[in-house]
Amino acid sequence: MTAKLQLVDIKKKLRGRQVLDGVDLDVAPGQSLVVIGGSGQGKSVTLKCALGLMKPDAGQVLVDGAEVTRMPREIRGRVMKKFGMLFQGGALFDSLTVWENIAFRLIYADKVGRKEARDRALATMRKVRLAPEFADVRPIELSGGMQKRAGLARAIIAKPDILFFDEPTTGLDPITADAINDLIVEMVKEIGCAAVSITHDMASARKIADEIAMLHGGKIVWRGPAAQIDNSGNAMVDQFIAGRADGPIQAVV
Amino acid sequence: MINPFAPVGRAVLGILREIGRFSLFAGRSAASVFSPPFFMGQFARQSLQIGYFSLPVIGLTAVFIGAALALNIYVGGARFNAESFVPNIVVLGITRELGPVLAGLMLAGRVSAGVAAEIGTMRVTEQIDAMNTLSTDPFKFLIAPRVLAATLTLPLLVLVADIIGVMGGYLVAVNSLDFNGATYLRNTLDFLESQDVILGLVKAAVFGFIIAAMGAYQGYNSQGGALGVGRATTNAVVGSIVLILAVNYLITAFFVE
Ligand SMILES: Nc1ncnc2c1ncn2[C@@H]1O[C@H](COP(=O)(O)OP(=O)(O)O)[C@@H](O)[C@H]1O
Ligand SMILES: [Mg+2]
Repeated sequence: MTAKLQLVDIKKKLRGRQVLDGVDLDVAPGQSLVVIGGSGQGKSVTLKCALGLMKPDAGQVLVDGAEVTRMPREIRGRVMKKFGMLFQGGALFDSLTVWENIAFRLIYADKVGRKEARDRALATMRKVRLAPEFADVRPIELSGGMQKRAGLARAIIAKPDILFFDEPTTGLDPITADAINDLIVEMVKEIGCAAVSITHDMASARKIADEIAMLHGGKIVWRGPAAQIDNSGNAMVDQFIAGRADGPIQAVV
Repeated sequence: MINPFAPVGRAVLGILREIGRFSLFAGRSAASVFSPPFFMGQFARQSLQIGYFSLPVIGLTAVFIGAALALNIYVGGARFNAESFVPNIVVLGITRELGPVLAGLMLAGRVSAGVAAEIGTMRVTEQIDAMNTLSTDPFKFLIAPRVLAATLTLPLLVLVADIIGVMGGYLVAVNSLDFNGATYLRNTLDFLESQDVILGLVKAAVFGFIIAAMGAYQGYNSQGGALGVGRATTNAVVGSIVLILAVNYLITAFFVE
């Protein structure tokens, strides 16, 4: 079976530092992969390369088996239709209302009429349990948790094949974070899509992952089923999930 | 050994690289104006924001400059017993030079900074990335409407500035310099040639493009949080002012040839 998404030997240098030094990853259709790793290890850069928001220096990104990194911009737009992404800070457009944010792709890329787009936005808001009275406010008026819900609604409205999550629980209180985790699991199951999440929150990783991979030093140092994370036999993984400062990983403060 | 020319060389290379990058960006911006999809709603909103809401700034600038120009030309003209040329030189100076240049400079502050801050904030908060993942090209959705709006509305603003500037000169001439109102206006209109106005409007369109494209360029490439957005805003204002003045000279020289 061809992977939904495959990264082959991705390299990326930023500001003179080799952030990614040969990353290999693949996600099967319907599978949920979580990439863990410390801050600044290049988790977000990995996602951006996968999404085509950043061009890797070397390596390939395959979507449904087709190489996409060197595609012309116009065709990339079509590949993007398979993707949905929830950004770390929500990245909601602050000049638009919440429902216009959620329906953005429908209105501006798919040319769906505003009436229908609004109906679909409201239906999606219901799914992520965002009350309809927030449809006409600006994102700035929403709490952090609600912004994540709105961002999630925007990512899933067109039923993508792959959902990407960048630190979905960072900056949320534990209860809200758990609710967002539940929501992610529920939505991924409902749409039947593959999911790639990055996080340093182990509670979140355990909840949403089928498989976990650890990124360190620009490479994937371990990968396995989520259930095996506690018996990985990898000292770096053990140190990371135990949250210890001493071990093979040196904290860069 | 220290080569005293090395820093100068580096600076020149840096400027050349920046000019090259800006040219590529401006080219892509211009191309995105002409290829679908077109976001008419965004264009309408930007025309209002960039054009209509700049009217007060432009009007105030024009009236004061027209008035001051009339006074100066009167004083200068008196040295040659040529006071009667005030209306001719006021209208020439305003339509060919001061109208477009001052409007351009004012909008470099108002519009270029605004565009850079808005797009820069969208960049550092990942809204630009988000737009890409929503299958919408930020060049088409954000940049093309701003560039087109500025390029089309700045000539209209300059037309208004021309009229208000001449009126400013007229008011001073009639009220404090003892000119006859009807004669002043007739001299203005008789002297003015269509190419004077056209030169001003061509400049205005080019300046409008520079202002929006420079703001978008700085904002689009900003990085590093609030600090980066602040730097982008400053660079947009300085960059568009320098470019406007340089291009103003080139266009003028070209028309005079
Ligand atoms: N657009 C960029 N330009 C330059 N450097 C970047 C950029 N994005 C990220 N970096 C650098 O790449 C490294 C990895 O960043 P990131 O992927 O955001 O880490 P994280 O694993 O915390 O998500 C950091 O050192 C960061 O400074
Ligand atoms: Mg990150």
